[in-house]
Amino acid sequence: MTTAPDVVLSVRGLKKAFGAVQALSGVDLEVRAGEVLVLLGENGAGKSTLLKTLSGMHVPDEGEILVRGRSLPFGQPGACEAAGIVTIYQEFNLVRDLSVAENLFLGREPHRLGLVDHRRMRVEAGRMLARVGLDLDPARSVRSLGVAQAQLVEIAKALFRLERSGGGVLTLDEPTAALADHEIAVLHALIRDLKAQGQALIYISHRMPELRAIGDRVTVLRDGASVASGLLADIADDVLIRAMVGRDVATLYPRREVAPGAPVLEVEDLQAPGFGPVSLAVRQGEIVGVAGLMGSGRTRLLRLLYGDARPARGRVRVAGEPLRAVTGPAGAVAAGMGLVPEDRKNKGLALGMAVRDNLAMATLERHASWGLLDRGSLARTAKELVTRLRIRCRDISQAVGRLSGGNQQKVVLGRWLARSGPVLLLDEPTRGVDVGARAEIYQLLAELAAQGKAIVVVSSDLPEVLGIADRILVMREGRPAGWLEGVARTQEAVMRLATGQEETT
Amino acid sequence: MTTVPDKVAEGVGSWLQRSMPLVALMLLVLLFSLLSPRFLSIDNLANIAVQSSHIGLIAIGMTLVIATGGIDLSVGSVLALSICVAGLAMAPADAGGAGLSHVTGWCIGLATGALAGAVNGWLISGLGLSPFIATLGMMSIARGVANVLTDGMPVEDLPEAALALGSSSIAGMPWSVLLWAGIATLGGLVLGWTRLGRYACAMGSNEEALRLSGVRIGPWKTALYVLSGLLSAAAGLIFLGRVSNAQPSAGVGFELDAIAAVVIGGASLMGGRGSMSGTVVGVVLMGVLRNGLVLMDVSAFWQQLVIGVVVVVAVLLDRWRSA
Repeated sequence: MTTAPDVVLSVRGLKKAFGAVQALSGVDLEVRAGEVLVLLGENGAGKSTLLKTLSGMHVPDEGEILVRGRSLPFGQPGACEAAGIVTIYQEFNLVRDLSVAENLFLGREPHRLGLVDHRRMRVEAGRMLARVGLDLDPARSVRSLGVAQAQLVEIAKALFRLERSGGGVLTLDEPTAALADHEIAVLHALIRDLKAQGQALIYISHRMPELRAIGDRVTVLRDGASVASGLLADIADDVLIRAMVGRDVATLYPRREVAPGAPVLEVEDLQAPGFGPVSLAVRQGEIVGVAGLMGSGRTRLLRLLYGDARPARGRVRVAGEPLRAVTGPAGAVAAGMGLVPEDRKNKGLALGMAVRDNLAMATLERHASWGLLDRGSLARTAKELVTRLRIRCRDISQAVGRLSGGNQQKVVLGRWLARSGPVLLLDEPTRGVDVGARAEIYQLLAELAAQGKAIVVVSSDLPEVLGIADRILVMREGRPAGWLEGVARTQEAVMRLATGQEETT
Repeated sequence: MTTVPDKVAEGVGSWLQRSMPLVALMLLVLLFSLLSPRFLSIDNLANIAVQSSHIGLIAIGMTLVIATGGIDLSVGSVLALSICVAGLAMAPADAGGAGLSHVTGWCIGLATGALAGAVNGWLISGLGLSPFIATLGMMSIARGVANVLTDGMPVEDLPEAALALGSSSIAGMPWSVLLWAGIATLGGLVLGWTRLGRYACAMGSNEEALRLSGVRIGPWKTALYVLSGLLSAAAGLIFLGRVSNAQPSAGVGFELDAIAAVVIGGASLMGGRGSMSGTVVGVVLMGVLRNGLVLMDVSAFWQQLVIGVVVVVAVLLDRWRSA
């Protein structure tokens, strides 16, 4: 087998099993200088295992990894980095209490007379930050940075390592998951810049338009094997999705007949410092979408509704009953609300606990008699939910942290199905969730609405809001910028309201 | 392909991993029974059980608290405070006491422990102090109050009945061991089969997720610290019976023994994981180790060293086990 001269990284026949699970069952891919290889695959398709194998954290059972034609030693993270394989994971690897400069040089601090040379470190750090277009004081602590800035610092750190290794492959694992649109634009400009300088990149994301904007080639992983590769421009979206899912995904968003009933969730003049007033009513069987830019008050609205933040004024009623803010989330849950929070790992799930325990977290009192829990009924309920939501897990006692993002999200949803309250609030319900599971979640929301639940979905994914919501509330700077209904629901209309290009509709 | 012998080996392996504290305990028992003929005698084994019982009770509460990701450093001081208050209640009037009946005295002691636990709970879930700081404060406060109340002197001349829990037996079984066995069983039930226990683990795993699931954290968490205080007081009543006076300096260092037992038993100090049977094994293992070393005439100084090494090794093994 020969390789083209500009191939920087080539992976051939990579296989890796963990016990009985074949995580990688034959991966081939090539990354060329000055190109972005898009890596597509559902959660659990083997992307993470592949990345970890590339960076030396797993030893493959078979196959080879060549960097510029030289084979890479397995299972040696140091050697992999020296060969120029640098990966930026979704979870940042920054020490939050250290300064930006200290983070950039962590473990490689410049010395003078045995002491850390802070001056040189700051100057060098400034140069590195300039490379990623970031203008900030390197002495600032990482804690004080926003997500987008922290991301750029990670990239600067990665570029520094690449420089030391003489250039290699930079991998970005879902770099835009937590970024707002204008921040994504900055990141993409930087990637184009790097491409122009001949850098080879691997890019992982679930957002199709984004991949089109930035990618050159694509490799699709399914069940641990590479099932399709080629130039991105030659392959249509539906072909990619079919390769990824292994079947046709007819329509992502289910067709719904909407016949809204009486208002269930009523909000009057909800106000907090820098927020509101917001009034809205969500009726039985209705899905209301909340759109807006980052920081526009979308998440804040949900927190105020849910009693997780205290409003200065205003009233929330569920099925006619007023909610008292002092009772917090416990009061909101008792009144019939449920929240699927934005950050499922930190706020949604007890990752170390069983699927069963996480599903029962909001309904434990229903399984108790004489103070003792009925484990049989707990297991029955959990199994029903696992079947109903098609949660893919080994069994209900498996730790929820071992599941893929989509299945984790279904567990959070399942917790509220078990309670079957009339109001469901969801914040970014499909972030980090693969296409197949997304379709299932949308289908589920449609079913719940058909059963008469009132649903509020906050999302920064515009096609998603447009696809599932009957009415859309657009927020801007903490205030409602407008409502969109029926045919008025277009991406352009949402963006105009969100950015304030149009004051009145 | 996995073959049948493979699966059997895998099953045995996973059982060994889960039951490592128990296996270690059995090996230790084997070792000491080979080294010392007196070790396996009924008297000696009963002795180990009696001497472990008060730490055993404290470790039950500690397991629940550690499951939440918290810690209770005040258990030893709360034990001292509880027995001093109980002692003053039960001691005859001419010895400076109130001369109350032993049952009343016991109840007052238990209430004292529960109250100290309630203060811990309030500091932690009401005022938002970290459990380490709150119970470190209580460790000093309770000790201080015990010393103030008794003027630093042991409460003596306690009625015979007041010492029953630590000194008498029923049908050949020491009360202290029966109490330990009974309460450990209840503790296991609480941890695995009640909302309180499941919430404790959920708090340790992800408190925010539990709160957003509509569970009021404060009352549940406070209840756990109350239980820990109550069990420290109960341990105190056993301890009181064994030493036959109530010393304000009792229980120094008990918190470390209890924490060590819980950790040996497989709980994580980060919370979310704990096992009551593991804790019991941990307590017995430490008791066996002390007793065996004494039988072999190893000095108390060397015992300290060995126990320290065992705790560190237990945690290292546990990390391997959960990796």
